[in-house]
Amino acid sequence: MSIITLEHGSGGKISHKLVQDIFFKHFKNDILDRADDSAVLDISSEKIAFTTDTFVVKPIFFPGGDIGKIAVCGTVNDLAVAGARPKYMSCGFILEEGFPEKDLEKIVISMSEWAKKAGVSIVTGDTKVVARGEADKIFINTSGVGVFGSGDRIGIDQIEPGDKIIITGTVGDHGVAVLGERKGLEFESEIYSDCAPLNDMLDQVMCGANGVKFMRDPTRGGLATTLNEITDSSNLGIIIEEKNVPIKEAVKGACELLGLDPLYIANEGKAVLITAPECADKVIDILKKNEYGKDACIIGEVTEENPRKVCLKTRYGVTRIVGMLTGEQLPRIC
Amino acid sequence: MSRYIDEYRDTDLCLKISEEIKKISHKPFNIMEVCGGHTMSIRKNGIQKLVGDNIKLISGPGCPVCVASIGDIDKIIALSELNNCIICTFGDMMRVPGTNSSLIKAKASGSDVRIVYSAQDAVKLAKEEPAKKVVFIGIGFETTAPTIAAAIRQATEERINNFSVLSLARTMPQALKAVTDAKDSRIDALLCPGHVTAITGTGMYDPVVKKSGVSCCVSGFEPADLLRAIYLLTEKHEMDQPALINAYERVVNEEGNVKAKDVMDDVFRAADAEWRGLGIIPDSGLKIKEKYAEYDADKVFDITVPPAESFSGCICGDILRGAKDPADCGLFGRECTPEAPKGACMVSSEGTCAAWYQYGE
Repeated sequence: MSIITLEHGSGGKISHKLVQDIFFKHFKNDILDRADDSAVLDISSEKIAFTTDTFVVKPIFFPGGDIGKIAVCGTVNDLAVAGARPKYMSCGFILEEGFPEKDLEKIVISMSEWAKKAGVSIVTGDTKVVARGEADKIFINTSGVGVFGSGDRIGIDQIEPGDKIIITGTVGDHGVAVLGERKGLEFESEIYSDCAPLNDMLDQVMCGANGVKFMRDPTRGGLATTLNEITDSSNLGIIIEEKNVPIKEAVKGACELLGLDPLYIANEGKAVLITAPECADKVIDILKKNEYGKDACIIGEVTEENPRKVCLKTRYGVTRIVGMLTGEQLPRIC
Repeated sequence: MSRYIDEYRDTDLCLKISEEIKKISHKPFNIMEVCGGHTMSIRKNGIQKLVGDNIKLISGPGCPVCVASIGDIDKIIALSELNNCIICTFGDMMRVPGTNSSLIKAKASGSDVRIVYSAQDAVKLAKEEPAKKVVFIGIGFETTAPTIAAAIRQATEERINNFSVLSLARTMPQALKAVTDAKDSRIDALLCPGHVTAITGTGMYDPVVKKSGVSCCVSGFEPADLLRAIYLLTEKHEMDQPALINAYERVVNEEGNVKAKDVMDDVFRAADAEWRGLGIIPDSGLKIKEKYAEYDADKVFDITVPPAESFSGCICGDILRGAKDPADCGLFGRECTPEAPKGACMVSSEGTCAAWYQYGE
């Protein structure tokens, strides 16, 4: 079995061969093929969106995805929720000595496939190899560039009391899938990560409905954390209805067993949209026609009361506050 | 699984019980929910707001993690710093503060600390890592203690010699007595832990009801369970008739789980234990019997740590007994916050102080 050695990071022939045989082969595009020190991009937009992210997910392969798919989708989604159309990506790999080449190729193929589906080109990259124990298998850093169409500009400052809060689908799938794989837990039915590129769907929403004011992808920290970030920055309150937040039965069951709250569990293929009340139904219509938005629904609204707080109306009609987590959500013994 | 739970979460049923409680509740009534699992469900479902203004729900000492003493944590951290040692722990122990550190900090400083879901996971790890010494942090009440005992017996049978348990397990009855018998106690009734009682049986509450005159009602964890238990307690309270009630009949009976109790008796003996906020409570802890000494981390490693001083000014003991509110504490919100907790009631996100801090109650 071929494995990555420190020589693959030497910059010599062995490095070049790795870059040619794996990265250039699968990421192939005109800009990358020039193999210059910088990718030179033709961008007509006056304003661009620019983002960076680093991926260290463990395990690197899990039900519904892998670290490469997350790297592409995560970057694409960060651009898409800013209202931009993702165009270009970079990727830097930190590989641990001894990492199997076939796993690297599998990850790179996955990145290439998902980049194609999302319509982005991976135009520049870098590879470093570190000694055994200095990294955990593979870390990926990306950056992404997106352009703006002529549509609405969105921003947190546009949010007003009365606006509706929409989630594009069920919450908690990704975190539970990864945790289950990590701990070797078997669930009643298999739980898959929701990892997916949302740019096409969100672009359809931006083009097809007016009145979308803000979007964010509830990744680490889950839906609850994203909503808290929104109330913190906007100085407004949010109320959501517990019974309206979509959660898969299997995810609910796993969370019961593990002592976790799905509202705080990471998603990799969902977006929270805040829209003017009159266009919420139209947005839902567009989302529901899309494979990644078929469970989309309105979960609550923005309020003037309780500024900087997220409230949840339980199914018994009483409200409680949904706070920020102190750190990582730890499984409870009781 | 959900279909077994959903019927106990039914909205109409819960609202109906809520109305009934309000109808019969006329006198002020302080109910302490003993178990962390109950506290969690009460907060999550907003139960306090469903029981009317006369009834006050107070969180008790029933989270085994929160009541781990500062000295216990110091000892675990000292163990984690030994060469070749892997510490296995339940997740929510990670953030509990000792004198100078916590497990989360020890891990960041290089200790090998792993989160596991059961003592059996730790036994499995010991088999996979024969060159390491695997120490399971045995924390929990009567619900968890039998599983820890079973793991020790498994290790004995399979002759695994690199596994041990630091037993910090505790038992409920003495702690309940300490809470309800305190002179300044404001507790009128106890909502008793369903899972613990499934093991022990309801008999253990007899002294609390008969000697202390405090009603005890064993409850499940779903909203309808809790509301029904509160209704039954309120009924007795209004009639001034302390009673022992089992409102978790589908799981709990009078004698408990005899098999689990036997396993526990085989492995553990009663010993004094220190509870964060409540001090030393006689016979409230479970230590490993001499015949299993080779699995007792206390004996295997001979770790001694300097006696820990409790954080001065902390009034968690009074809060756990329902005698004072967090607002009465000088540390609350200043030296003691969810990010840097000092006392038991702030350590757990469901503790009384943490809830006050977060919800501004």
